[in-house]
Amino acid sequence: MSEALLYSEPEEELRAAVADLLADRAAWASVLARTESAEPYDTELWKTLGGGIGVAGLLVPEELGGAGASLREAAVVAEELGKAVAPVPFLGSLTATALLLAARESGNGTAALADDLLRRIAAGEQTAAVAIPFSRSPDTTYRGRVSVTPWPPREDPHEARLTGRVTSVADALPADVLLVPADGSIYVVRAADAQRTPVTTLDMTQVLCDIEFDDAPGQILAIGYAPLAQALLSAAAVLASEQLGLAEQCLKTTVEYVKTRHQFGRAVGSYQGLKHRLAQLWVQIAQARAVARYAVSSSGDEQVIAVAVAQAHCSAVAVQAAEECVQMHGGIGFTWEHPAHLYLKRAKSASIALGSPARHRRRLAELVDLPAS
Amino acid sequence: MPPLITQHDLENRIQDLLAAHDPGTTSRLDFLHARFDAGLAWLHYPPGLGGLGLPRGLQPAAEKAFAAAGAPDNEPQRIGIGLGMAAPTILGFGSDEQKQRWLRPLWCGEQVWCQLFSEPGAGSDLAALATRAVRDGEDWVVNGQKVWTSMAHEARWAILVARTDPDVPKHQGLTYFVLDMSAPGVEVRPLRQLTGEAEFNEVFLTDVRVPDSQRLGAVGEGWKVAQTTLMNERVAIGGGAAPRESGMIGVLASAWREQPEVRDPALHDRLLTLWVAAEAARLTAMRLSAQLAAGQPGPEGSAAKYAFASLNQQISSLELELLGEQGLRYDDWTMRRPETVSFVGRSPGYRYLRAKGNSIEGGTSEILLNIIAERVLGLPGEIRVDKDVAWKDLPR
Repeated sequence: MSEALLYSEPEEELRAAVADLLADRAAWASVLARTESAEPYDTELWKTLGGGIGVAGLLVPEELGGAGASLREAAVVAEELGKAVAPVPFLGSLTATALLLAARESGNGTAALADDLLRRIAAGEQTAAVAIPFSRSPDTTYRGRVSVTPWPPREDPHEARLTGRVTSVADALPADVLLVPADGSIYVVRAADAQRTPVTTLDMTQVLCDIEFDDAPGQILAIGYAPLAQALLSAAAVLASEQLGLAEQCLKTTVEYVKTRHQFGRAVGSYQGLKHRLAQLWVQIAQARAVARYAVSSSGDEQVIAVAVAQAHCSAVAVQAAEECVQMHGGIGFTWEHPAHLYLKRAKSASIALGSPARHRRRLAELVDLPAS
Repeated sequence: MPPLITQHDLENRIQDLLAAHDPGTTSRLDFLHARFDAGLAWLHYPPGLGGLGLPRGLQPAAEKAFAAAGAPDNEPQRIGIGLGMAAPTILGFGSDEQKQRWLRPLWCGEQVWCQLFSEPGAGSDLAALATRAVRDGEDWVVNGQKVWTSMAHEARWAILVARTDPDVPKHQGLTYFVLDMSAPGVEVRPLRQLTGEAEFNEVFLTDVRVPDSQRLGAVGEGWKVAQTTLMNERVAIGGGAAPRESGMIGVLASAWREQPEVRDPALHDRLLTLWVAAEAARLTAMRLSAQLAAGQPGPEGSAAKYAFASLNQQISSLELELLGEQGLRYDDWTMRRPETVSFVGRSPGYRYLRAKGNSIEGGTSEILLNIIAERVLGLPGEIRVDKDVAWKDLPR
């Protein structure tokens, strides 16, 4: 098991390909400029990443045109995207893919529909998102405000109409297809058949939206929410690696800065007040790497524990790294023109996404038999 | 180049040894001697010195095979300083004669080793140490005081760093020796610590004669030699993979589970936060050992030691607080001489007190953070006012 905590050679190759592309196409200045443009998502970059490098179809089985890879490879991509705070719908697309895979394997729904969507996703033709608030943690028994009419469907049992509202959905703006949990089942709705309203978000590089369904036609994908729970668990596991990448990038830029910034005739990085905090951050990040790798390498019940640990730990480390990045840059770190704020906003949002650290600790308490009272 | 030994050959050699020296009928020491002579002691050591020049990664499998056959071990916890610090230094800097003389009885546990490095006036700043060694014919005459010496009261040999030239800057005037603890002029006194017991000793050296043949490395090269010892110390303290909830967090978790009456909602999130931190530290140690096995040694060793010190202190502190009235009691202040340190099996108060040493022994947490900041992150070093000053002119 312990070798699984390292990176394999193919994983390093994938990392290099993604890193090269991002260096070329997602320099932070352009990421910042895009946040105030009409197109908050970089759809061109996503096309190259998703279709060109094959990131969109990583988890999709080879017989459906994907790479047949595991969460481990997806996690390496997430690390690089975290380093760049890249405005692409990778995590949302991964969540939807994981949901489709779980639905396909559950045998409790329409495998042909799942297969068809997975094929399109792998080919880079379509992007899917799960219509659920981004803050939902994997453990919650989800009760949304979307309902299905008529129930039971009268003519075609696979057709239904969805009405209701979901708020703060991640990566749904650039999506073509929405996977919508409603009344205990999961439906596929064309994004064009729903009303999506962008939200002004804390993290400007991942714009959320509110979604309104008004008698929108939907096809049933799966009965029951089990695939949803599995998808959120996979997403939370991969998010930990995004947080790791973000933290690494914050540490790297901060270390570079404190070596060059001089005050009182010395590099500010020569003062123990900063040195020791940066060393502590490095220790935290070394730990984050181990727990993030473990979260994407384990399975079954062990994965549930591993993901809760990874989310509780990596969320906190990413926030700490981004906060130290702002503080140790001093005045320049507080400006709009410096990228530190992009990392701070992403880190804080990501710590709430898919469940806050406290939420994951509470979940752990149940999992490892340490009840509150 | 010697022929490569495969995993299969190794298994055969182990089985051959076990067949020729049945652990059930062979005396403990005879078996260990035979194991050493067959090169199956420390596999990564050279042939003739208890090894076969194999990768370190094969050692755990060999230990398992011997344990499964009921073979006696060399009580590694009792001879940790010899195995972990003295041996790699002797291997790295000793002459052939020195290696032949010391390594076999060291590994077999016949001779216990201790380390004479720290002094009352030289802790973190070890290179400032004041114990003097003065050349006299074929011998050196040693005078000084060492401290924090585990096993000194049982040791036959010590690794010693002493000042041979006070007129040059501190790092340049040191020389590394092996000292016979049974020689006249060596006095060992227990050093009682705040837990009530004495794991360590003070060692007073008065006109102790050390033959020049017991010098390791050149005169004035003692600091370089000592680096080898200290690097190995940190690997020994930080490393290792353990099951979930081993160590202090397991004790705390058991207390929470088994004594519902002490559960306090206000402490619950702190408990879980520490549980997560302990699990993160455990997985990091696991990743570190995978890196070492894959031949990618990382600087995570210093990080692991730092993290465990901080964790142990926080966990033991919460345990006392959680236990309330029980936390007011202490098991035993009797002065004792434990051979090994175990946090389990003593009262929570002991754990709380003993953990205070974790951030001091083997490199203080502050020094470890300096090391990470400077060697890993490449941040500027501390300002050294003593760098170019003769040792004798330094304020002390």
